[in-house]
Amino acid sequence: MQSIQYLINGISIGAVYAIIALGYTMVYGIAKMLNFAHGDVIMVGAYIAFCVTNYLGLPSFVAVAASVVVCTLLGIVIEGLAYKPLRGTPSLAVLITAIGVSYFLQNAAQLIWSSSPKNFTSVVTMDPITLFDGRLVITGEVLLTVLVSTLVMIGLTLFTGKTRTGKAMRAVSEDRDAAQLMGINVNRTISVTFAIGSALAAVAGVLLCSTVPTLMPTTGSMPGIRAFTAAVFGGIGSIPGAMLGGILLGVIETFSKAYLSTQFSDAIVFCVLIVILLVKPAGLLGKQVQEKV
Amino acid sequence: MKNFFKNRTLRGNAVTYLVVIVAFVVMQLLSSIGVLGSSTKGFLVPICVYISLAVSLNLLVGICGELSLGHAGFMGIGAFTGILVAAVLKDSVSGDFLRLLLAMAAGGLLAGVVGFVIGIPVLRLRGDYLAIVTLAFGEIMKNIIGNLYAGVDSKGFHIAISTSKMKLEDGGKYIISGPLGATGVEKLATFTMGFVLVMVTLFVVLNLVNSKEGRAIKAVRDNRIAAESVGINVTAFRMKAFVISAFLAGMAGALFGLNYSSVSASKFNFNTSINILVFVVLGGMGNILGSVISATVLYVLPEAMRGLQDYRMILYAIVLILVMLFTWSPKIKSATSEFTDRVASMMKRKGAKAHE
Amino acid sequence: MNEYSRKILKVPSYTLLREEDKDKLPVLDVRNLGIDFGGLTAVDSFNITIGPTEISGLIGPNGAGKTTIFNLLTGVYQPTRGSVLINGIDIKGMPTYKVNKLGIARTFQNIRLFSDMTALDNVKVGMHNEIRCSFINSLLHLPGYYKAERKANEKAMELLEFMGLQDMAYTKAGSLPYGVQRRLEIVRALATNPSIILLDEPAAGMNPSETAELMHQIRRIRDTFHIAIFLIEHDMNLVMNVCEAIAVVNYGRIIAKGTPEEVRQNPAVIEAYLGKEEAGA
Repeated sequence: MQSIQYLINGISIGAVYAIIALGYTMVYGIAKMLNFAHGDVIMVGAYIAFCVTNYLGLPSFVAVAASVVVCTLLGIVIEGLAYKPLRGTPSLAVLITAIGVSYFLQNAAQLIWSSSPKNFTSVVTMDPITLFDGRLVITGEVLLTVLVSTLVMIGLTLFTGKTRTGKAMRAVSEDRDAAQLMGINVNRTISVTFAIGSALAAVAGVLLCSTVPTLMPTTGSMPGIRAFTAAVFGGIGSIPGAMLGGILLGVIETFSKAYLSTQFSDAIVFCVLIVILLVKPAGLLGKQVQEKV
Repeated sequence: MKNFFKNRTLRGNAVTYLVVIVAFVVMQLLSSIGVLGSSTKGFLVPICVYISLAVSLNLLVGICGELSLGHAGFMGIGAFTGILVAAVLKDSVSGDFLRLLLAMAAGGLLAGVVGFVIGIPVLRLRGDYLAIVTLAFGEIMKNIIGNLYAGVDSKGFHIAISTSKMKLEDGGKYIISGPLGATGVEKLATFTMGFVLVMVTLFVVLNLVNSKEGRAIKAVRDNRIAAESVGINVTAFRMKAFVISAFLAGMAGALFGLNYSSVSASKFNFNTSINILVFVVLGGMGNILGSVISATVLYVLPEAMRGLQDYRMILYAIVLILVMLFTWSPKIKSATSEFTDRVASMMKRKGAKAHE
Repeated sequence: MNEYSRKILKVPSYTLLREEDKDKLPVLDVRNLGIDFGGLTAVDSFNITIGPTEISGLIGPNGAGKTTIFNLLTGVYQPTRGSVLINGIDIKGMPTYKVNKLGIARTFQNIRLFSDMTALDNVKVGMHNEIRCSFINSLLHLPGYYKAERKANEKAMELLEFMGLQDMAYTKAGSLPYGVQRRLEIVRALATNPSIILLDEPAAGMNPSETAELMHQIRRIRDTFHIAIFLIEHDMNLVMNVCEAIAVVNYGRIIAKGTPEEVRQNPAVIEAYLGKEEAGA
């Protein structure tokens, strides 16, 4: 029974990783850049939701909506100001700029909200479900994160598969120059991708802080790195891969904490990542592309 | 000698060494006449350490073309090995300079060996996948070091990865105690040793770059398939660059560790790796003198801005973004060159008018 | 040492054309070579024997599998079937860099120079395995290093001069004109001291006078270094004039083989190039 409880907890935190990883994967697939500022957009999203509920006293769905709107705009602005001018330059240049953006967001948050941790009130008001005489507890947060991440994944799969913009995204991720020649507005497509990724980050921020209620300017960085790992795990660029990677990472993390070692859970998670990449260099669901000679 | 002045790379190398030597002499003079405050003096060793880290990472990122996000991991291995060796040799080796030298050599060696062991599986990956695996490795190292216990008692040296397994006799002394890191470290590091470290790093990297090994490494970066087609064992050369880079980072880490009375594993995290990478990229990929200068400036800059308190890191971030945009963006580059051209032609016209 | 155990072949599978190659071990002996990508057969039943000083051509329509064959011969791809012997040694399972050490060097259809390095350094990279300078020598720049570098410089300059590129020695390879880049790739391949070089469309993008010059140089390479040359080319004038033997492939299979004259008159070749109906017209 205990292990089922761990499994549920693992899936719950994994689902949060999955939503963040989806944002990473989409941006990587289309802009071919490691957006290290993604984790900090999550933090901003959580702070916005925190402010709306705690300072304005508005209900939580308004908070989520506000945070999605703000993060979407933030994503578009970041992309336009910091990343767009560097299009076509080596990916390392964009990576360093993303690190600059990450520093900026963290320190701006520290100026605005101070570095002392805030206690985030969960957006879920539902009472936990207890099964088997309290030996198994499923909280509302668990249900919500799993539900939301599943919906997001299905939504994104449909979006990239069926809609015009979604198809344009796939085309750009496959071959940017060819897409441009086919009349696809590459810049707009990349902006839209950042908008979607950032909106997902906002949702992830709210869910993350509902599960782990401490909110600080550095809240986003570690989950950000974890989620990035999850995206690579599942095969970066692949939407179901990000979902699978996120859930697996969460489960591995919880189980290794419970059964192997609390102190070494980080090391174990990253070791598993290395092993997976060695066996499947493109991740679990990624496509291996052979270099043409 | 005639060749020396003709050869541009040799001249460039000489300039690099000269800059470092002159900087060392000037700082030594300033500190001996008492102009330098104690806080400025405190910067000197870390600056040397970061120069060395930046140059060694540049070998990997700039010259070999492999993105590594785990350089701080090697630095950490070097730091804790160095601290252990220095503590264990306290009674058997007299002379602090020699002890420091041995500690740094040990730190470098262990980091190099770990680099080799990790390199065997990891270097099969390329590009962003290699980057993520080096990141993972850095986190693993931080995690392991953060749970390491070591100490000495009358029975000798003890090391373990959990408190329960660590049993020291009464009177025994902990050198490293898990998450608290190393405490009560003897501060052996000196600015002179920092200078020696920088010179050794430069010597190794610059010599390597200008040899057949260096050409092979650059060839692998420029075109892997072509390099292989002319008989270069690509994996072997990536490995060489990786191990040498790790070795140098380990030496620098040992000096760093022995510069503070206490050091914890969390210092050697992802952010430190990233900072070193920023030094490399802003100094110019493959540009060794650039790494030396940017490591110095970027280390001093946030410290110099301490007066701005909360605003200093946000300013640092803005400066970083702007520098990246101005040095890399094709649009901004062409705009600035057009602007300077226009100014130049205006100046010319004015000059012509004045002549009339 | 298994991979280096020599498999000397008594009887070449194809009669060598040149008088001076008779009774000598063929430099390249390919038997029944084939590769499948997924379910698709890209190359099948490919056989060829090239003598130590022979100039041979490989022609065929676009997409016939010519470059794939070169990739198989140099170990870039591992074949599904068949074997490749270079100087009598089977390259099976060897990585590209080891195959090169057996004596095969190549150029690329889409030029692959080390574009950030000077022309001279490109050639010196090609000489990598020949430069005798230990790692310690390189690291510490001991006298041995300077000696080795001086020797390497001299030989690299000689090679550049051979192809008329000595004036570009210190120019970055990436900023050289197209035709020069193609010739620099040949020099780099020669620098590995090969016994056969594979040229993948050496005349592509060259104007007629450059091509004429190239034809002359290809012959000169063979006559000076006494090595074999195997080339892919679409310029029929070059192929027919330079090559002593020609193999024609289509859909990954050899459809004709022989001297230029024989190939020119072969109906299968005419059909492959012009299509069935036009051939009759």
